[in-house]
Amino acid sequence: MRTAPGAVRFPGSASTAGREAGLGLLFILPSLAGFIVFFVVPAVRGLLISFTDWNLLTAPRAVGLANYAALLNDPDFWNALKVTALYVLWNIPVQTVLAVIVALVMNAAARSSLLKGMVLLPWLMPNVVVALLWVWLLDPTIGLINVAVKALGGPLLPFLSSPGMALPTIAGINIWRYLGYTALLVFAGLQTIPPEVYEAARIDGAGDRQTFWRITLPLLRPVLAFVVVTSVLGSFQIFDTVAVTTKGGPIATTKVFNYMIYQQAFERFQMGYATAVSMVLFLILVGVGLLQMKLLRAGEAET
Amino acid sequence: MKRPRGTRVLFWAAVAVIAVVTLFPFYWAVRTALTVPRAVYAHPTSFLPPALTMTNFERVLGLIDAVTAVKLGGSGQSINFFIFLRNSVIVSTLVTVGQTFFSAAAAYAFARMRFPFRRQIFGVYLSSLMVPGIVVLIPNFILVRTVGWLNTYQGIVAPTFLFSPFAVFFLRQFFLGMNRELEEAALVEGAGRIRIFLQIAVPLSMTALTTLAVITFIYTWNDYLWPLLIGKSESVRMLTVALGVFRQQGAQNMPDWAGLMAGTTLAIIPTLALFLALGKRVIASIGFTGFR
Repeated sequence: MRTAPGAVRFPGSASTAGREAGLGLLFILPSLAGFIVFFVVPAVRGLLISFTDWNLLTAPRAVGLANYAALLNDPDFWNALKVTALYVLWNIPVQTVLAVIVALVMNAAARSSLLKGMVLLPWLMPNVVVALLWVWLLDPTIGLINVAVKALGGPLLPFLSSPGMALPTIAGINIWRYLGYTALLVFAGLQTIPPEVYEAARIDGAGDRQTFWRITLPLLRPVLAFVVVTSVLGSFQIFDTVAVTTKGGPIATTKVFNYMIYQQAFERFQMGYATAVSMVLFLILVGVGLLQMKLLRAGEAET
Repeated sequence: MKRPRGTRVLFWAAVAVIAVVTLFPFYWAVRTALTVPRAVYAHPTSFLPPALTMTNFERVLGLIDAVTAVKLGGSGQSINFFIFLRNSVIVSTLVTVGQTFFSAAAAYAFARMRFPFRRQIFGVYLSSLMVPGIVVLIPNFILVRTVGWLNTYQGIVAPTFLFSPFAVFFLRQFFLGMNRELEEAALVEGAGRIRIFLQIAVPLSMTALTTLAVITFIYTWNDYLWPLLIGKSESVRMLTVALGVFRQQGAQNMPDWAGLMAGTTLAIIPTLALFLALGKRVIASIGFTGFR
């Protein structure tokens, strides 16, 4: 950050500077108070709670690192790690590829504002609403998709109630919600590519396909990196869709981290254990974020 | 740009697929909401509502008594989406007004004023964007519970009323890009910072403030986990939470899909209206915030 980019330098005395400082603090005071009370203190408190055994009814009991030790031996924890990672693997590649395609379609449209508004609609809706729309369409008995598949002689597709299909189905539902938003980000990236570059490629005799792989995609790299990093971090925190559709089932195949933490804290009232898992999730996210940036940077150096 | 015929066909085919996949689930919800519950089961594939009715909406809005509701195919549970709609409007409005105003004040100070630890505080604000919500969710729940704010509006609103790192970041960027001459002229004429902020900076940034307000409103309207934890009781239950409850309470053998989709449609309408009125700005802002 540059030093004092906005401040007006005044020839005024020290007292005007002092008044300005006081006023500045006054301006940020409400926001700072909210930040401290509802973010800084809770974050520290969460860490402290993770070193206790606490059911909210009796006084918390200090247990040191016991929660963290227990977590390493908890199959539920490893299951959550596996399920969440699998979810991200279902979600991100499909979503990113589709978003690039939709962005290319937007880019090809002469007037894209209607198209943009349309694809953004699912993203504006509550997760709960999106989940319910699809729960209805995918219902095994009278949901439109299953009735249609059956009419065509296909098998029953128990999307959300089969251990094999539930997680990819949830990923699909969330891809539907986030596709338009992601495509808009990619589209904004496409817009930054100067037309002369395409012009030059055409003059050099590059075909559409070559232009895409050799020019568009490499130039989109910074935007795609941003999109992938933020979507991965977001995907790791999925909760609403799981809570509305499967509640972690069938047989824990969709019990992602946030749902596991939710159950530990608000169904079993294991506040210490739940916060410990949330701290580990935080560390995992920091690790995943750093790893991704490193990978993306390393790739950059190659090209 | 003239394109070969094949490419154009491909383009329109892609647009058609995108349109159908995006819009059809919404259409199907509205179609189901307008259908008599029995017909929902009897004609599961009929494209148009097989038996048109408004009673599902009347049912979920509590305009029909329980006995008639059961006759019409409802479960007879008391559902009053009027209250839940009202709660969602109250909570979303409060958060939007508070968060936008206090974030604007802070963003203005970060962009234009000099005070101790300015850079450090802003840096810490930004870094809070990296922390997953669940980390502070449990301690915040305990805090709200301790002060006795469970099942109150203030409990739902409190954590987001004063502060949002995204809002401060978004508005600071805007203020930094705003022409400073008017403010400097006012300063020279002896106007105070508070007056300059309220009478010059805020009016000049109405576009950015409206965009942010729309985004904040929609985000709050859509939120699920926090209001689920804090506002379970009906008097403060938000629409998203109510929809979740509706789904779980329904009969297992013959769920009330028509009622559920009527409730879902009610949750869609306000966002849709807001988006149709102010959507262009929201779309433009996505390109803007996408590149930090």
